[in-house]
Amino acid sequence: MYAVNFLLLSAALFCIGVFGVIARRNAVMVLMSIELILNSVNLNLVAFALMNNDVDGHIFALFVIAVAAAEVGVGLAMVLMIYRNRRSIALDELSEMKG
Amino acid sequence: MIATLLAQAPDWIRPHVDWHALAPELVLVVGINLVLLIDLWLEDTKKWMMASLTGFILLGAFIPVVTLAVIGDDVRSMFFDRYVVDQYALVLKALFLLIGYVIVLMSQNELEEGGYYQGEFYLMLLVSVLGMVMMASSRDLVSVFVALELLSIPAYMMAAWRKRDAKSNEAGVKYYLLGVFASGVLLYGMSYLYGTTGTTKLTEIGARLAEADAGAGLIAMQVIAVVFVIVGFSFKVSAVPFHTWAPDTYEGAPLPVTAFLSVASKAAGFVGLVSMLYLAMYAADGVYEPFIWVLAALTMTVGNVVALRQTNIVRMLAYSSISQGGFILMPLAVLATGDAAESALKAVVIYLLIYAFSNLGAFAVIMAVSRKTQSGEISSFGGLMSYAPGLGLLMTLFLASLAGIPPLGIWIAKLQAFKTLLDAGGGAAYTLAVIAAVNTVIAAAYYMKVLREMWMKPVPDGDVTPINPPQPIWAALGICAAGTIVLGILPGLVLRFADLSDLTNALGG
Repeated sequence: MYAVNFLLLSAALFCIGVFGVIARRNAVMVLMSIELILNSVNLNLVAFALMNNDVDGHIFALFVIAVAAAEVGVGLAMVLMIYRNRRSIALDELSEMKG
Repeated sequence: MIATLLAQAPDWIRPHVDWHALAPELVLVVGINLVLLIDLWLEDTKKWMMASLTGFILLGAFIPVVTLAVIGDDVRSMFFDRYVVDQYALVLKALFLLIGYVIVLMSQNELEEGGYYQGEFYLMLLVSVLGMVMMASSRDLVSVFVALELLSIPAYMMAAWRKRDAKSNEAGVKYYLLGVFASGVLLYGMSYLYGTTGTTKLTEIGARLAEADAGAGLIAMQVIAVVFVIVGFSFKVSAVPFHTWAPDTYEGAPLPVTAFLSVASKAAGFVGLVSMLYLAMYAADGVYEPFIWVLAALTMTVGNVVALRQTNIVRMLAYSSISQGGFILMPLAVLATGDAAESALKAVVIYLLIYAFSNLGAFAVIMAVSRKTQSGEISSFGGLMSYAPGLGLLMTLFLASLAGIPPLGIWIAKLQAFKTLLDAGGGAAYTLAVIAAVNTVIAAAYYMKVLREMWMKPVPDGDVTPINPPQPIWAALGICAAGTIVLGILPGLVLRFADLSDLTNALGG
């Protein structure tokens, strides 16, 4: 069984995603990093489902895909909103409030 | 057609559906569709009707919760024990519906006067409440995840509701990015839990983890899974060091939304965390007890110390709500030590109930006062007692309750939390109790700062025209004040419901 390969790939994707969320200042890049994290979860779930010979993991992955689509819809709307108001989507410029 | 499909799946068993137990959710779902459709055809001048409609829907969903509670203590479980309605779920469902109703009362005038998108706002509010109501019953990884997203995604949009306001935008974006990141981490943990136990049902995961713990010990992936799940929920309940979104989001979002987030969204996060800890991860106490201990100690200390130097009252309440979150986490840090499990659960549930009333009440007073002063500074409360004694007294009541002064509300919850620590015993529990006691004193200091401003200081600009809050805000204040006083004096009312043997019996399968 090659499950360990899938798990390593998904762990790598997860780490790249976390790095992207923390280090990137462009809002769209952060959204894409979050997608990477969610897809690493999907990869995990499907690999485990095949390994355990069980259908629950596939169903879970379908739910994650559907919810991720809704989340990114909201996220892109928010990026569009800050772009309209500020003409920029750099996240480090969002610092009206401090303390 | 369906019959032929079913014939191809001989081992398909029809899941048991208890319509009475599902009635609150069904009323909400029908109500959500009604709000969506009616909003399409309603003229702009009549949009105020949406608030009344939403209120009726929430009260309508409240009726089956009451009848279920009156009928009795039988546990109603559906979908092969993956969706359970027991006393624990009912008392929390009632709490979420009531919070939703108070938020509708609070937001009515704010939305009308601000010219915000009223129909859509109430739609989002209802969807979010539906997610919370589902969270209380979810006993499966998939439904916990779906309920969490159902309650979070509308909340992201509500935080950014003032589209043209830079602060509100910032509030929404920060909340969204950290919230989604947290659910990514949570999901990664859940996928490991599923992978190492081969099931998504919480009680079965719990049984497998208990077997592993009794046998060769937990494997590394299970430890990672437990840690990631707790981190994921820590963002939701704004535990330090995962709290960074909370102050900015609370300050920037419209006030009713802030009240909603600081009470309902936090409570829902705790409900999810409690389900996961008690049913799925109970056996992994070697991993989560120290972790939650550190989180609880950090959360109350950092929240309190930073709250001390705030000058904006909303921001101060944001940090105060972070530190209250630490007190709610505190009993969970010892839940598997000795026989503290049941008393810890009781402490968390009671704390969530009473904290909700006191905090919502404080926000309702701030809304009423800031309608006149147009300011969120603590100094704008100067001399409130001289020109609005009613509001002043209510604010005194709510802040005293938050500070934990008997016989008001939260003192009984704090007492229960301390009692849990003493029940558990041991050095770690006693140390945490000492940290919490010190923090209770620090917290009193910043609540008293506001009280001193109200009772002793002069009115800042000499403007002593009385405040006339609109009727809905008075109604919201009335509900919150009644809850704070009654639960403080007669805690037996909820303690009876929090006799949570249903959930604790299910421990470890």
